[in-house]
Amino acid sequence: MPEPKQPEKLIDEKGLRIDGRRLDQLRPLKLEVGLLDKADGSAYIEQGKNKILVAVYGPREAHPKHIAMPERAVIRCRYHMAPFSVDERKSPAPSRREMELSKVIRESLEPVVLTDLYPRTTIDVFIEVLQSDGGSRCAGITAASLALADAGIPMKELVAACAVGKIQGKMALDLSDAEDKYGDADLPVALVPNMGLVTLLQMDGNLTTAEFEQGLSMAMEACKTIHTMQRETLKKKYATIKDAVEEREEPEIVA
Amino acid sequence: MSATPQLPPVAKLEQKTVVDLVTKGKRIDERGLESYRPIQIQVGLIEKANGSAQVFLGKSKVLAGIKIETGEPFPDTPEEGVLTVNAELVPLASPSFEMGPPSEAAIELSRVVDRGIRESKAIDLKSLVIQKGKKVQVVYVDVYVLDHDGNLIDAASMAALAALANSKVAKMEVKGDELVAKGGHHQLPLNNHPVAVTFAKIDKTIVVDPSLEEEQVMSARLTVTIDKNGHLCAMQKGGLYGFTPDELKKAVNLAVAKAAENRAKIMAAAKG
Repeated sequence: MPEPKQPEKLIDEKGLRIDGRRLDQLRPLKLEVGLLDKADGSAYIEQGKNKILVAVYGPREAHPKHIAMPERAVIRCRYHMAPFSVDERKSPAPSRREMELSKVIRESLEPVVLTDLYPRTTIDVFIEVLQSDGGSRCAGITAASLALADAGIPMKELVAACAVGKIQGKMALDLSDAEDKYGDADLPVALVPNMGLVTLLQMDGNLTTAEFEQGLSMAMEACKTIHTMQRETLKKKYATIKDAVEEREEPEIVA
Repeated sequence: MSATPQLPPVAKLEQKTVVDLVTKGKRIDERGLESYRPIQIQVGLIEKANGSAQVFLGKSKVLAGIKIETGEPFPDTPEEGVLTVNAELVPLASPSFEMGPPSEAAIELSRVVDRGIRESKAIDLKSLVIQKGKKVQVVYVDVYVLDHDGNLIDAASMAALAALANSKVAKMEVKGDELVAKGGHHQLPLNNHPVAVTFAKIDKTIVVDPSLEEEQVMSARLTVTIDKNGHLCAMQKGGLYGFTPDELKKAVNLAVAKAAENRAKIMAAAKG
């Protein structure tokens, strides 16, 4: 697929962005849980053109044994992009970028997982980016915390994440690929809403301190919106199970 | 795959001492909460490099060397030179550093230093083009950690900036298909001076420039890289916990002031 050309303007006269969004508007977001059979927990997210699948395995016995910690579970995380997820084929070998993101994503999840309940085990989080469209680390975190919950792992709270950025000198929510590439700054944020805790924060580009503060509050608001959707997604899964159980006819007992 | 790190065992008593002191607004080495350890910078130690600098940040010691060579541009940016930043956690620097492929910490360190230089546009990559699409200057920034006593990000970012400010480039010209040295050197032009400022959260207190002892008890880490206009050009949160929005805003504003102080020291040392 050829790369799209640089757009002339990222914001038009009406203040709308290349995909027709307002500056404070998220891309369409779709969340699903429990769609993989073998994983202990799984989640799928579509945010714009991002398509990301997350599986959680664990708590399970640590392999190799020496990585186990005596007083808590070890969280392991892999953020990985499929070779076909971007314009130019990406080598499937983990890049330095993927290694850094695996680390910061793990660190964004660590504060909420009650790891001390499962000493000497590992909890493995596998994030596969099937298609990437800007903001994939944030979408990955949103889905990863859903997959952890779907695996039934005790957590203090779900983590929601969203990036803000600067395009044509204005702060804009949830940058798409083109906006990230031709914009002036990118600021990914992960938030634990009920703890008021920012667990992922990165930035590149050029921002004044005032723009940073504005961006941070925009991202936090968006995280709260995403957090509500995460909760709904989980509830919906259990409602479906409940309906299925209630609809099932009692088997007749033959004497 | 990234796994929860196994921190080297620190005596409980020592952990408690560090935390108790910080809670009282004091630090184990008697600095203020917002003070850096003494910074010493020497430039030009490595004659074979285009530029070099050694930074002592307290007892942390980092050497940065710049090599500028001719190479090919990336196909998607034919009109730009190439900047490559790499950091090595050399095994001689700490009992916790091991041989082998770069660790997650080394990759994070080099990427955070890279982001500061790249995003502040400190090096004008367009000025490194010798022949469009074919020949460009490639700037290698290699950061060598020699002694690890905490806050390697700031030490590495200072060393990289001082080394770049100390760098000279051979004058080149294209004759036919050949690339020849014209003789003579010129200073590598630097458009910006990014400086990283790192904070550690210890219990509920935020301190600047954590030492190794403080890093071992911190719950979270934040690096804010500030350019010469006082704007943010890179940020990175690390560690197993997080920050409240108020802590972040306070840290960012403090970073602007601290970066200006350190920048003056770095640039003065680089000239000398």
